[in-house]
Amino acid sequence: MSINLLVRKIPRWIIFYYGLIGLWLSTTAMHIPDGYLSPVTCAVMLVLVLPFWMRGVQKLRQKMTAKNVPLVALFAAFCFVIMMFNVPIPGGTTAHAVGGALAAIILGPEIATMAVSIALVIQAIFFGDGGILSIGANCFNMAVILPYASFAIYQWISAKAPLDSSKRVVGAAVGGWAGLTIAAFFAGVEFGIQPALWHTANGTPLYAPYPLSVAVPAMVIPHALVASVVEGLITALVVAYLQRANRPALETFSNAQVAPEEGGVAKSRVFWVGLAVLIIATPLGLLAPGTAWGEWGTNELNGLGFSFIPQGMQRLAGLWSAPLPDYNLPALKNATAGYIFSAAVGVVIIGVVAWLVTVLVTSGIRSSRESAQSQ
Amino acid sequence: MKGFNQSSTSKQYAGFVERTLVNINHTLEQSLFAEDIARKKGLLQALDARLKVISLILLLLAVGLSHSLLVIVALYLGVLILAAFSKVPLGFFIKRVWVFIPFFTGIIALPAIFITPGPIWIRLPLGLVITHPGVNTALFLLLRVGTSVSLGVLLILTTPWNSILKALGVLHIPDVVVLILGMTYRYIHLLLNLTNDILLSRKSRIFRRPTGAEERRLLGATSGVLLGKSLQISSEVYLSMESRGFRNYPRTMDTFQMTRLDWVFGAAVLLITTIAIWLGR
Repeated sequence: MSINLLVRKIPRWIIFYYGLIGLWLSTTAMHIPDGYLSPVTCAVMLVLVLPFWMRGVQKLRQKMTAKNVPLVALFAAFCFVIMMFNVPIPGGTTAHAVGGALAAIILGPEIATMAVSIALVIQAIFFGDGGILSIGANCFNMAVILPYASFAIYQWISAKAPLDSSKRVVGAAVGGWAGLTIAAFFAGVEFGIQPALWHTANGTPLYAPYPLSVAVPAMVIPHALVASVVEGLITALVVAYLQRANRPALETFSNAQVAPEEGGVAKSRVFWVGLAVLIIATPLGLLAPGTAWGEWGTNELNGLGFSFIPQGMQRLAGLWSAPLPDYNLPALKNATAGYIFSAAVGVVIIGVVAWLVTVLVTSGIRSSRESAQSQ
Repeated sequence: MKGFNQSSTSKQYAGFVERTLVNINHTLEQSLFAEDIARKKGLLQALDARLKVISLILLLLAVGLSHSLLVIVALYLGVLILAAFSKVPLGFFIKRVWVFIPFFTGIIALPAIFITPGPIWIRLPLGLVITHPGVNTALFLLLRVGTSVSLGVLLILTTPWNSILKALGVLHIPDVVVLILGMTYRYIHLLLNLTNDILLSRKSRIFRRPTGAEERRLLGATSGVLLGKSLQISSEVYLSMESRGFRNYPRTMDTFQMTRLDWVFGAAVLLITTIAIWLGR
């Protein structure tokens, strides 16, 4: 009976609205301000980042010791300035890169974590860009996921390629693009678990208000189309520039770069494993909030009646089925299965697009080089 | 020639160079302005930086943990009073925070008003409904973000950046990290000025609207030059640190001293935070 009072119909124009929000979100990149995530989430994210920071500091101490202090400082400053570069995107908007992928390629992911984290901390404290309590979450997405994921992909694509190989440019582009897209996915999950975990007695979400079914696509799709493209573009352009003008920068600071080194293969294997773990962790990340979601459902059972929340949930899930009709079938039956399914679809799409881009761009670069040589 | 005509007839063109220049100048201006206010003699300026950092975190937690909109509003009013006592121009302070929030957080919060399930409050044409929980959740997001941003801005405006950095020591952040943070802050300004020069010199030579390919090449070259410069400066800085006797371990000269005002303020913040968290359960 009270169900009659509830929202029944979600107008179709909201889909366009979300597209708009998503575009807007992605132009501001992923600096999560305070207030979007509950303090508990912030604390958990901080705990998740800590081992990476410790690893970074350890690496700083063991590698070249004191020389790394100014190196990290300057690279953090560089990331800060790169985040200020407004890159125009066809269609009139602009977006900026994070520089995390580039930092990982030049410094290695461990030290890149330190450099990007420091840039993010300075942005949060001194320029009010991104929250202070949510520093952990921002660092996890942009200073851990982004550099590690993009470095793994860069290594995979450019494995054993010489320093001036076009494979490195392609690896940088795909790595930057996929790294930021995966980071956006994690940000979407962080947003998406908020309403299920923290709400008032009558179901009012206290923090970011949208469930996973809205938050994840709203973060991932526009990022994949805009901000990640810029990240990939800037990473590739700089790697190409360094190949032409400053090759030592590509080899000096990251020892995993040059192919003939014996450690190279083992290292790339480590990152392969890292990539695999990331991919496996993707549905896991969805599973965890899935159970939390169930918890919420039982709480709601006592108060408001069973059919209430899942209905709204399924509507919202249906909302996003439009761009990908395949979502529909399992998502309607079981929310958790739907998440895993859509996560798997996302991974496959990213993989296929990465592969396509690799093939297209490699052939493009090759043909442009050939035509340049023939001239 | 075609390009030249285009640019003279079309309205002001804003591409990568212009937009980035605007961004850089805005950032430089912002940090200069903050230092200006931090030098005034006001309430917050007189306090120990360590105390301010801890108070900021406590108050952010109070804002974050509150389940009551009224508590968040009360905390925001408290922030405004503090700003007034610290000689922060209130009009500027309110504008700086609230001009951007409707654009970013507001646009994200708006659909929640319509699609959060719950009892219907207002019916609109086209099958739209506004629900009670929807309005509440949007207000929570807006007020929380606004108050948190205000708190952060107030700290930057009333504390010189080097004091904030030193104060981070109380959070048990390793000295090496504080040292790197300080160097980064300084070199951000150097690199911003450098980028400003690069882009200005480029802009002064541009006669027509650059094509997409030209802009991308410019973007790549500018970023690449900047990266090369950063690496070069970092090795020079290292040499200069070495020659001045840097031995892998930074030492900070800690001159903080808690005064009676500090203790009173600290106690007040603790009390307010406790009450706010208790009321906002």
